[in-house]
Amino acid sequence: MEKSGSADSLGSKRSSSRQPSVDSLTSTNTTRSDRSAHLRSAVSPDAASARTDLGAEVLKESSRIAEGELQLLPRESVQDTASDVTYICPFLGAIRGSLTVTNYRLFFKCLDKDPAFVLDLPVGVISRVEKIGAISAQGEVSFGLVCKDIRNLRFAHRYQEGSLKKSIFELVNKFAFPVSNALRMFAFEYGQPFPENGWKVYDPLAEYKRQGLPNESWRITKANEHYDVCETYPATLVVPANIPDEELKRVAAFRAKGRIPVLSWIHPETQATVTRCSQPMVGVNGKRSKEDEKHLQAIMDANAQSHKLFIFDARPPVNAAANKMKGGGFESEDAYQNAELVFLDIHNIHVMRESLRKLKEVVYPNIEESHWLSNLESTHWLEHIKLILAGALRIADKVESGKTSVVVHCSDGWDRTAQLSSLAMLMLDGFYRTLRGFQVLVEKEWLSFGHRFQLRIGHGDRNHTDADRSPVFLQFIDCVWQMTRQFPAAFEFNEFFLITILDHLYSCLFGTFLCNSEQQRLEEDLPKRTVSLWSYINSQHEEFTNPLYVDYANHVLYPVVSMRHLELWVGYYIRWNPRMRPQEPLHQHYRELLAKRAELQRKVEELQREVAGRAAVAPPEKAGSPAGSPVQTCV
Amino acid sequence: MFSLGSNGGKYTKPSFVSYVNPEKGNDALQEKNPVFLPGEVVFCSASPVLKCTHDDLLEGSIMGTLFCTNFRISFVSDQVLLEDVVQPFRNRLYGENDIPLTCVDQIYGDYDEKRKLITNTQMKNKHPNGIIVHCKDLRVFQFSLKLAKEEAAKKIFQGIVRHSLEPKSLRCIFAFSYCENIAGAPETQNKPRTLMFENIVDWMEEMKRTKGNCKLLEINKDFTISQKLPQFFFIPTNVLEKDLAAYQGKGVPIWCWSHHSGCALFKTASLPLVQEESFLRAQKLYMERMLNAVAHNYLYAVKAVDLSETLPSIQDIQQSYSRFKQNFLIDNIGEFWISDMKWFSTLETTRWLSIIRQCLHKAVEVVEYLEKENTNILLIEDGGTDLSCVISSLVQLMLDPHYRTLTGFQSLVQKEWVVGGHNFLERCNHLNNKDKESPVFLLFLECVWQLLQQHSLAFQFSETYLTVLSDSISVAIFSTFIFSSPYQRVSSMKTESQTHGSLLNIPSVWDWSLQFDCKSQEFLFNPLYREKSKQEKTRNKNQRPKPIRQLSLPNATPPKKYFFKEETESLRKMLRGTRISRWMHLSDSAQASVWEFYNAWQQKPLDYHGLLLPDLDGPAIRLWMQRYLRWIPEVQIFGGGDITLVNKITSLSQELEELRMELEQQVRQADPRCKSTETVNKSTIRMSCFFPFASCRSGSFKPAIPTSHCDGEMDMGHLAEREDEDTELTDNSVIRGCAD
Repeated sequence: MEKSGSADSLGSKRSSSRQPSVDSLTSTNTTRSDRSAHLRSAVSPDAASARTDLGAEVLKESSRIAEGELQLLPRESVQDTASDVTYICPFLGAIRGSLTVTNYRLFFKCLDKDPAFVLDLPVGVISRVEKIGAISAQGEVSFGLVCKDIRNLRFAHRYQEGSLKKSIFELVNKFAFPVSNALRMFAFEYGQPFPENGWKVYDPLAEYKRQGLPNESWRITKANEHYDVCETYPATLVVPANIPDEELKRVAAFRAKGRIPVLSWIHPETQATVTRCSQPMVGVNGKRSKEDEKHLQAIMDANAQSHKLFIFDARPPVNAAANKMKGGGFESEDAYQNAELVFLDIHNIHVMRESLRKLKEVVYPNIEESHWLSNLESTHWLEHIKLILAGALRIADKVESGKTSVVVHCSDGWDRTAQLSSLAMLMLDGFYRTLRGFQVLVEKEWLSFGHRFQLRIGHGDRNHTDADRSPVFLQFIDCVWQMTRQFPAAFEFNEFFLITILDHLYSCLFGTFLCNSEQQRLEEDLPKRTVSLWSYINSQHEEFTNPLYVDYANHVLYPVVSMRHLELWVGYYIRWNPRMRPQEPLHQHYRELLAKRAELQRKVEELQREVAGRAAVAPPEKAGSPAGSPVQTCV
Repeated sequence: MFSLGSNGGKYTKPSFVSYVNPEKGNDALQEKNPVFLPGEVVFCSASPVLKCTHDDLLEGSIMGTLFCTNFRISFVSDQVLLEDVVQPFRNRLYGENDIPLTCVDQIYGDYDEKRKLITNTQMKNKHPNGIIVHCKDLRVFQFSLKLAKEEAAKKIFQGIVRHSLEPKSLRCIFAFSYCENIAGAPETQNKPRTLMFENIVDWMEEMKRTKGNCKLLEINKDFTISQKLPQFFFIPTNVLEKDLAAYQGKGVPIWCWSHHSGCALFKTASLPLVQEESFLRAQKLYMERMLNAVAHNYLYAVKAVDLSETLPSIQDIQQSYSRFKQNFLIDNIGEFWISDMKWFSTLETTRWLSIIRQCLHKAVEVVEYLEKENTNILLIEDGGTDLSCVISSLVQLMLDPHYRTLTGFQSLVQKEWVVGGHNFLERCNHLNNKDKESPVFLLFLECVWQLLQQHSLAFQFSETYLTVLSDSISVAIFSTFIFSSPYQRVSSMKTESQTHGSLLNIPSVWDWSLQFDCKSQEFLFNPLYREKSKQEKTRNKNQRPKPIRQLSLPNATPPKKYFFKEETESLRKMLRGTRISRWMHLSDSAQASVWEFYNAWQQKPLDYHGLLLPDLDGPAIRLWMQRYLRWIPEVQIFGGGDITLVNKITSLSQELEELRMELEQQVRQADPRCKSTETVNKSTIRMSCFFPFASCRSGSFKPAIPTSHCDGEMDMGHLAEREDEDTELTDNSVIRGCAD
């Protein structure tokens, strides 16, 4: 809570750490840290007496009010401030205060309240600004802001008749949608220096080297160096060693958008691989491609352990078949011998978008308690999560237990395919469960392989009804969260890390999630012109670290995908509701124990040195570090 | 000859009434007998019987012998190997293949692939090919009788049905045979001890601890006032002795607990319904006197809370639970994955979670009166021994950290439930007379579990403790759960002792050593529990005003008198309703008020040794996974679950303890290498998330992959048919919708 300095002044983070009015939190963590601070004082035996605690509380309070002022980021500039705005909070009722709009954020504060009420959100999360109704009898106009992070905000604003001044919400409209207004996104202005450069987190060659590539069966190709084999793929690709570059182009002709089957992950022992691509261009006439068939055969042959290849088509069979009308389709088992096709029944981006819309209706602002479970079920959100996780589980199981290589695709291979390959890799490879490994996973499977973030999120774009928008990446993070729930000690990062990623998916503060492909990112020169989200995260990684983490890298995680174990991510979807208490005092408790242990260890070592100095006895090694002991211990 | 218990060769005459002649097992079977408990006698057995497991990956079917004794249905495997598997958590009374007779919930017969529910009335001569036993602890057993001889199969089927489903007398409950054959259990000397509330000392101690100010009654020592009331109890000082017997103890406010402010919680059974005007008037006057007496306890404020009107009925609870539990008694994988699709709505339609929420909500309401308004509370319920037990115990658990310790909790259950007169015998249906069955006590444990999972640092006992306690209800060995009232316990033990010629003593469930060895008993404790530090203890002592002080305030009387008058006036007004319980029916505003109270509490720093409130929101009320899902293989997370977290904290705490010891030793310059190797003995066995209930697995295993997909089950409407992103298969440029 006493963090300060530049890193701290990132919109979402900052408001949270000092803002006690729950509604204003841009991230849940706040309540948690506030709470744990209380906890510490209330429970820990060596805490100061109650009276001093109270004093500290008062101090904190006043400093909060002082801090209730807007602190601007580098190159952030105030555009306008309106002093007579009412925020109609669904939890606390109407709050009068002042509203400031900058080129990055919307900042509402009310100092009359105790504690002061602050609402601080990047304009990037706003997907729609709408005027509600006509001017009221009191001369007020209502505005609704629909946000991408599962909340709607409502303001009332006195309209100065005859005044030439525009309503402040017109400014919001301008800065929330820079793309539609021919403005630059704030990410290009923001030039905060960080000790770490997040753009360097992912180096494809280093990552493939970590996987043991190239090897005798797989080679690294620069065929796509100029993005002319496939413009949505990265420059560096791994393909079967015996397929020359010229053939890749012919394979590309047979795959939608030229997204040829390339390697995502290789099993270090069995050499079974996860490869990804788009659908084959089979069409109604059942076209075939010798090169494509040869390519898949080569993928199968690269794994000596199995004489079979599994092709996982993420779509429901009906949709896959319907794609034939458009020239697409799926692999026929006649053409691809030894290959077995499995459909994973995951629905398309429109179904997912609709599902999230329903979910928002169910959770925001209030939950209807008597029908909570059936309402939740009717959104199908968890059903979709289940199907995605189940698909990834089947892939991981085939690779690990079946020692068989798999090919994953959907239609274009940049939405469902990215979900499946990255989740399967998360189950199979402990590296991706570390803080940095996860960044590599996102950079690799999502960003470099062309998940169309710009299109799916609609950064800075006014057109909120765009049918290309879809919460595909949110679903992936949700699936990761479900896994972290089931394996609390297997991930180096914590829930706050996942929430931070999602917050900055929309904030447009960092360049990480801008554009649709690697090619576009290079064209825009993002690594030079913007800051990476990972720069921020890696510069203060303790915040995002799970204290319970134990590196048991070689363990494959098989989550249980039954509904019985899936739950709604309350800490994300319902975080705006002040009554949702984050239930993580255990982590806090654990941190305290760790600190105590460190202290005791230090004392022991001191004493040992003393003893050793006197008796010249070598001090015994104490197996103390958490990494030394496995998670699952038999009690 | 009878097959006898393990207590040596001592022959004891079995004292139960048996319908089937106990059968002598042949010599070959003899060695495979289960280990019998004292007083346990075999009724019949059959061999070979196949036990089928639905987790056929693990072992498939096992061949063995099925026994039916006066205590249990027991399957003894022919494979000796299984016995050798070391389980970290074993029950001494019954093993994983034993079903105590009182634990049988339902039996299905497998008649040529058709499954029929067996009821006691339908005792057909035709025995089924197999039986499926659903247990009250949610286990499911499938036994195939195909291989056994016709006669033996018939006999064992009839024996099992007869002894586990047919109505029987109290005397047939195994606890009676058991207690005759064990030495009187030694009194547990461990401190702090569980207060049993069977004598005056315990009551006095409790009153002293809570600093209450009520009058102890010994008048019911021989149950002359009422057979429903405890032998000893406290009442408000102002209740007149002559009023006690007026309605056989009904309407008498029984003291439950005193708040530190001085106000207190009372409960009572409502008066019988009458039609006639004069009786009605008498009742009203009577209740008014009682209320006044309660009000007089502290500051003349009183609130009567009628539970019969505002909470689900006993029948609702029973119906809801029987629908609810059905979802966990799963005997094939296909069924499991099909039910997975509608899981949330299925749970909701049972209404079980909603009943839990209602109870917690009501308890918070009462807590609010006590804590915020310092109002005396009188809980009123028809019988006075069901929901009033649930609510009064929950209220005490939320307000008083003492009850969140293990012995404190056990004392609470003794006070409110066992001595408080909850009709365990009928509510648990030990005698198979279905009509009064209702899992009221389980409902209470469910509510406690909700509190525990929301505030895991505040409880000294663990989730496993609650699960084991819920299992113990249907073991029928413990005096705790087999009687309908203290009167029945005292009177039947008296008769038994007389016939037996010596003092008999049925053990209490709190003697955990009967069920678990020392190592297993550790699982009953919550490693996360934060004990109150000494500093805090002293601090709180200084902070909290002594309740006595308020009562002895010298000049408080004159204004209070006035207040009292007003209060009675308003009470009189309210008494004009036909039924007394109408008076203070909590209004709709109670909901809002509870929210406000909860919000205010939530704003404050959380003190695990202070007031504890549950979050009542939809997502916060959850399924007690350990209890309900522990036997289903498909939902075991190996190497995961909250247990990993708990284990990590436990081992870290142990390490800390060792470091502390090491420090001490070093200071004393003892051998520093003393014993630091113990923690190294940790294996990477993949523990189930339902540890300690499900077995551990080492090595690889298959993940549970859903078998049925949602083919057409999910109605996605037109969106599903829409092409997803590949609308642009032929057109690479992005089609942007027109601007709005």
